[in-house]
Amino acid sequence: MGERWRRASARYLPELTVTGLLAVALLLSGWREPRFWDAAYLFDRSTLHMETGLLTLTMTLVILAGQIDLSVTSILALVGALLATLHVRFGVPMTVLLPFGPIFGGLLGSVNGYLVARRGLPSLVVTLATMALFRGIAQILLGDRSVMMPPEMVGIERVTLPKSYLHAPLLLLIVATVAAYLLLHRTVFGRYVTVIGVNPEAARYSGVPVARTMIRLFVLSGAMAGLCSLLLLSRLGVARYDHARGWELDVITAVVLGGTSIFGGRGTIYGSIAAFLLIAIVQTGMGVAGVKAEIQVTAIGFLLLLAIFLAKVTERGR
Amino acid sequence: MLDRRSFFLMVGTISTLLAGCKPDEPTSTPGASVPSAGASPVATEAGKKIRVVYIPKNTGNPYFDGVVSGFEEAARELPIEFSTTAPAQPDPTGQISFIKDEIQRGANVLCITPNSPDALNSVLDDARAKGVKVLAVDADFEKNESHRDGAILPTDFDTLGANQIELIGSLMNYSGKFAILSATTDAPNQNHWIAGMKEALKDPKYAKMTLVGVVYGDDRDQKSVTEAEGLLTKHPDLRGILAPTSVGVAAAAKVVESRKVADRVVVTGLGTPNTMRRYLKDGIVPAVALWSPPDMGYIAAYAAVGLAKGELKAEEGVKFQAGKRGERAFGKNGVVIAGPPLVFRKDNVDEYRF
Amino acid sequence: MNGFRWRRETPLAGILLLLVVAVSIAQPRFLSPENLRSILLWLPLLVIVALGEMTVILTRGIDVSVGSMLGLSGMMTAMLLRDHPEIPVPVAALFAMAAGGGLGAINGGLVAGVGIPPIVATLATLGIYRGATFLVSGGKQVDDYQLPRALAGWSSDGPFGADIVPYVVWIALLAAVAMQRFLTDSRTGRDWYAIGGDPDGAADRGVAVRPRVFLAYVFSGVGSGLAGLLYASRFGTVNPASIGNGFELLVISATVIGGVSIFGGSGTVAGVLLGSLLLGTISVALAVLNIAETWQSAVYGAVLLAALLADDAMRRRLEREERG
Repeated sequence: MGERWRRASARYLPELTVTGLLAVALLLSGWREPRFWDAAYLFDRSTLHMETGLLTLTMTLVILAGQIDLSVTSILALVGALLATLHVRFGVPMTVLLPFGPIFGGLLGSVNGYLVARRGLPSLVVTLATMALFRGIAQILLGDRSVMMPPEMVGIERVTLPKSYLHAPLLLLIVATVAAYLLLHRTVFGRYVTVIGVNPEAARYSGVPVARTMIRLFVLSGAMAGLCSLLLLSRLGVARYDHARGWELDVITAVVLGGTSIFGGRGTIYGSIAAFLLIAIVQTGMGVAGVKAEIQVTAIGFLLLLAIFLAKVTERGR
Repeated sequence: MLDRRSFFLMVGTISTLLAGCKPDEPTSTPGASVPSAGASPVATEAGKKIRVVYIPKNTGNPYFDGVVSGFEEAARELPIEFSTTAPAQPDPTGQISFIKDEIQRGANVLCITPNSPDALNSVLDDARAKGVKVLAVDADFEKNESHRDGAILPTDFDTLGANQIELIGSLMNYSGKFAILSATTDAPNQNHWIAGMKEALKDPKYAKMTLVGVVYGDDRDQKSVTEAEGLLTKHPDLRGILAPTSVGVAAAAKVVESRKVADRVVVTGLGTPNTMRRYLKDGIVPAVALWSPPDMGYIAAYAAVGLAKGELKAEEGVKFQAGKRGERAFGKNGVVIAGPPLVFRKDNVDEYRF
Repeated sequence: MNGFRWRRETPLAGILLLLVVAVSIAQPRFLSPENLRSILLWLPLLVIVALGEMTVILTRGIDVSVGSMLGLSGMMTAMLLRDHPEIPVPVAALFAMAAGGGLGAINGGLVAGVGIPPIVATLATLGIYRGATFLVSGGKQVDDYQLPRALAGWSSDGPFGADIVPYVVWIALLAAVAMQRFLTDSRTGRDWYAIGGDPDGAADRGVAVRPRVFLAYVFSGVGSGLAGLLYASRFGTVNPASIGNGFELLVISATVIGGVSIFGGSGTVAGVLLGSLLLGTISVALAVLNIAETWQSAVYGAVLLAALLADDAMRRRLEREERG
């Protein structure tokens, strides 16, 4: 037990670090601010974080493969703009449009996938460009206006399991987390992703379909953004071109905080989701304690450095 | 194998969280209807101070410092417990988490300057379901008025456009080309005023004035400056720029100063005395207008207390005493007008500090 | 070697020329001296920060904290000038560069010292520096009337009464020339290229990799710091939320459009100048052509993509030529 545990804990150091920080954050929030421990409040506030959580899952896969997708939040906004335009200008009923959320998202993601996998362009720059382009198209479609969603589509976060606070987006996140876990750690696709992240050249020589896997990754990332777009449209009741602007930084922070190497090849779904929970709880705790917004921004930066420092220091102590 | 360990860890964490959070007494409609501690108006009857929270568009915006100072003045007189908080950036959805947190912290009245008139509807409904009063301050939830209790607007928006046209008209001798530099294309206040400006221009008094265009600087420095320079390039014979937004009017002033055309291009609009002080004193800008943000905050605080105590209903014709500022009344749609616009010039700008 | 480098920038110069010609046909006043001045005034902030960003990208790094460094040093400098109006502006410029250099040194320490990946380290400091900007200023903006008049003069007046090219533009051009000399003539400059081209190989050949990488981040900080002062000069008001916010995207775009390879090891000052000029020209063109400002983001994205693809095609062609 001892030796095995030591080796496992060495290998999963970032995950253990973030789990520890999560426990500290929960205790600290509850101790400093009694109003934090209120299930109704916690579950209600968690609705604000669900899109980030879902995007964290697919971003983990993308970063694990040594890539990055800065354009997810722009895809989210553009999908919303496309659906809103089709609905309002062409009268297509929203129920018909629902499946097109992930479909449009996947199509937009395939643009990234093509440029990265087939043209060999760096994903950081490609998705930086499509981040501006996709959001720009959304802005051309909608202008600065808000487009109202039909009432029957609004309020998914208020749908809960009977006699509990478990709301639909949270259920979706739990299901997606399990699915992402299985996809990464139990399928051939997942193994390809990790192998590509460790060394793309070696992967190619050992017969891994690098380009195909990469395109699928970006399609998946885009499709998830499309799904999140539906959630956000339902939650806010309006489509806007500036939806979710800047959230990509929160998503990437969660993935990195959870121990996924930014160079690819190393990372777990557990680490990402734990880091996502950590950030959400820190933000909630600070919010209910009335901490000013600018300090909240700073705190997440420090948290990221702290986690990396802790992991580094314990690594060296061995 | 090791992966399985991490998976169990994850499932464990999530189920622990869920177990810890199950409602103690299951109610028929959990979530929305569960009142949280301290948020119910009962607390006020128990002799506790009323808690008023003001959420402006974003932090670090000097315009809202003026509003806050008015709130603080009223809070000392009333007395109430007052605090202010806001997101770091003026994103349309950024205020939602702050609203949720302040409800949980036990606010009795939320005064909000919305970043978007329609993205906050559901969180406002939640707040009001819990007995929290919601007041729009400075800008209304246009077309979504049913989601708030009342609104305190700085001045009469229906006449402000005409006022601004008269201001720039008097400064450019009622003749020549001028353009409008606004905030975003969606800014409800500015669009309301611009509609009023276009209406006012039909008056024969302004027959010799031509509006050559409306451009949008997004209330950002760089964009506003670029748009103002674009106006001067497109229209070499431009005689005036009217910017009904404080970032825009400062950018336009900066541009006419930098291009050294202040002697032939009149810049005016809405701006705070602090940002416009130097331009006014240097003669770059002859005059700008604005209402008094402190007065608005002060009146909003008095209205907030009346609403929280249940003494006041935001219905047309209902009057209330707003401390030293005198009597105000709710008008159509539950809107209170704080006061008339002020005009700042070289000789009076030093009387104002906001 | 020189011919080779120049050719990589040819498509960019072509796009720029085409754009200027097209816009001038649609709106002849685009070429008026006042309007050319507007385009020139876009340059200083962008070029000076992009030059620093370039040094970091040359070493295979990236610095996403430039906007926040610009904001924090700009705010500190503006507060210094507000509280001590007797300080001459050039001294304040030195202070701004020192402040930025200090912030850059923190980044450099995290990357080169602790070994944190660049994007992670600077992502963290992006948030920290922005928060610090609010903290040092107490959330209050510094207004135009609180700043010395000489500061605004840097952006409106030029040397010898030639206001058409204001001082700030000259500062940017001087910085570009100095950087060009530094990159080609100094040991450090050549090492940056070597490190980005092949980090392990560079270390084997005796290049002090860590100090050199550290210095690249300091350069990025110094550039951002100076740009903070130029921001105050150009826009007058220094607001903790808006100064430099989101600027990193513009800077990285200008750098990449200018042909600096994100994989490190290649890039030129001329390219960065052209990239910045292109972005500035587009912005001014949109305003002058009456194109709704809602198009700006899409146009930026499309240009960035086009530049990427053009650069890629060019690179492939050169590789083919070299082989055959």
